[in-house]
Amino acid sequence: MQNEIDLSGLRVAVTGGTSGLGLALVRLLAARGARVAFIARTAGPVEQIAGETGACGIVGDVGRKDDIHPIALQVAGNLEGLDVLINNASSLGPVPLVPLADTECEHLELALAVNLVGPFRLTKALFGALAASARAGHGAAVINISSDAAINAYPEWGAYGASKAALHHLSAIWALEAAAEGIIFLSLDPGDMDTPLHAAAVPDADRAALKRPEIAAAEIVHALAAALPSRIMAVAP
Amino acid sequence: MTRSDAPSLEPAKLLVVDADGRMRHLPRSALESLFMPGDLVVANDAATLPASLHGTHQPTGEPIELRLAAWVSMHDPTRFDAVAFGAGDYRTRTEDRPPAPPLSIGDRIGIGPLAAVIESKHHRHPRLFRVRFLGSRATVLAGIARHGKPIQYAHRPEPLALWDAWTRIAADPIALEPPSAGFALDWRILDRWRRRGIGFATLTHAAGISSTGDATLDALLPFDEPYRIPERTAAAVNAARSRRGRVIAIGTTVVRALEAAAKSTGRVEAGDGVATGRIGPETPLRTVDAIVTGVHQPEDSHYQLLRAFAGDDVLSRISRALREHRYRDHEAGDSVLIERLAEASSDASMVPKTPPSNMTWDGHRFSDRPLCQSSGAR
Repeated sequence: MQNEIDLSGLRVAVTGGTSGLGLALVRLLAARGARVAFIARTAGPVEQIAGETGACGIVGDVGRKDDIHPIALQVAGNLEGLDVLINNASSLGPVPLVPLADTECEHLELALAVNLVGPFRLTKALFGALAASARAGHGAAVINISSDAAINAYPEWGAYGASKAALHHLSAIWALEAAAEGIIFLSLDPGDMDTPLHAAAVPDADRAALKRPEIAAAEIVHALAAALPSRIMAVAP
Repeated sequence: MTRSDAPSLEPAKLLVVDADGRMRHLPRSALESLFMPGDLVVANDAATLPASLHGTHQPTGEPIELRLAAWVSMHDPTRFDAVAFGAGDYRTRTEDRPPAPPLSIGDRIGIGPLAAVIESKHHRHPRLFRVRFLGSRATVLAGIARHGKPIQYAHRPEPLALWDAWTRIAADPIALEPPSAGFALDWRILDRWRRRGIGFATLTHAAGISSTGDATLDALLPFDEPYRIPERTAAAVNAARSRRGRVIAIGTTVVRALEAAAKSTGRVEAGDGVATGRIGPETPLRTVDAIVTGVHQPEDSHYQLLRAFAGDDVLSRISRALREHRYRDHEAGDSVLIERLAEASSDASMVPKTPPSNMTWDGHRFSDRPLCQSSGAR
């Protein structure tokens, strides 16, 4: 017995959709029948992934204030609304990682812009679309990709950890405030994955010991389906 | 500087006009304490496209501005009816803008990353054209999103950003100008209404261009506007009416959509439609009992719509009161709530023989019930 998840017609936006976990999510969601829009900074990879998956590719930088509403417009315009927003795009801050006392202020600001302020702005810009979906009975969810570093203190992960801790708390408060509108907020830690971001942070990591992003994506989709009305159907093996 | 950077120091105001023409001046924040349990507030959740597009008329090399004025068909963002202007931008009054270079069918216009083609000239007016953008839906939306600016007028000098044109509830981007009455709403007010048993529902109505600076063209406004009414919204409106709750429209576009979707019985049908024609003094209102709107000038088509709610004597008293109390126009945030004339709401066929038992009902017409539960005295 296994659970088959049917996401047909579900309208999902994923930030940071051309690498790592974001790319695995775009591929999985599209394969399960969702209508997917994804956002990434560079046009070449966006076009390539759009061509490969059939998802709608949007070029933009969630760390830039002026990009947020053009992104939101394209998400809601192409999907004709939105049911699920996955704030996945992340910045480490300084690369390679350094102690806080060696961290340039601009690198802390970059981590906060991409990991905290960007998700806040994009969620706020798309909150009307999410609330409209909830009012129509489709359910609505925001998934903020968190990290172990949001909870525990690791040396040299200061900019990233502080920004993800703030995002985690933002998710918790927004979950309380948005419950009455019918919008679910989830803060999910995908674990240490074999992704370009992890390689930039820990270049000498044993990749075989890291989780594959496809596994993390499947776990996130399962958590999403469990949170939305009637999306999991048990089928015989 | 944009509005969000410089919030007005003076709190927004709300003029409440009841069905008997009585007026009260309230802070707009008092909206959260208005209305009664069982009432239903309906708003337009359309987000706004940046519909002012500057580019170059390729046959002549002359500058041109296209303002998207109306959809050809809902959710096809590659074809629009557009009004063409020549050199300059919103800082020049539309009345004073030079005309666009002479346009012929097939002419190409370069608009930032986009290319558009003149498909046809409009038989109704020489400045109105049908344009088609080249490329896929996603390409066209990306070009409009990144290159377009919100339509804006000279009386407001600071350039508007796209976020200035989106209400808090903005969802599907199909409005060409903001459904501005919705700026009165925020999530806190919606939460207060929910706790007080006041319903809230939305429809999506593609508010079109509100002014072109050309008197003969403005006389044709509003153009046909597509709308979408969700099943649950239609059900909520019909349920509110059958329990004698009032239906309060946030903005003229909600009135246009609901009245277009109402059958002669007043029952609203869900689905897509197109609102055509003007609502004016002769139009019987079949579904809407009250409207929250911005402050409009008597020459606006929006103002004509208000004549379906109140007589000209009441409307001129409203205009006088707005002037005397220095209410700011609709883009600056002050609002008016008008309950429709008592006579217009006494359609006996709408009245159930007995009120539902879970409703407080005092046996009066609903126009006798106070708009303000707390009497609004402040």
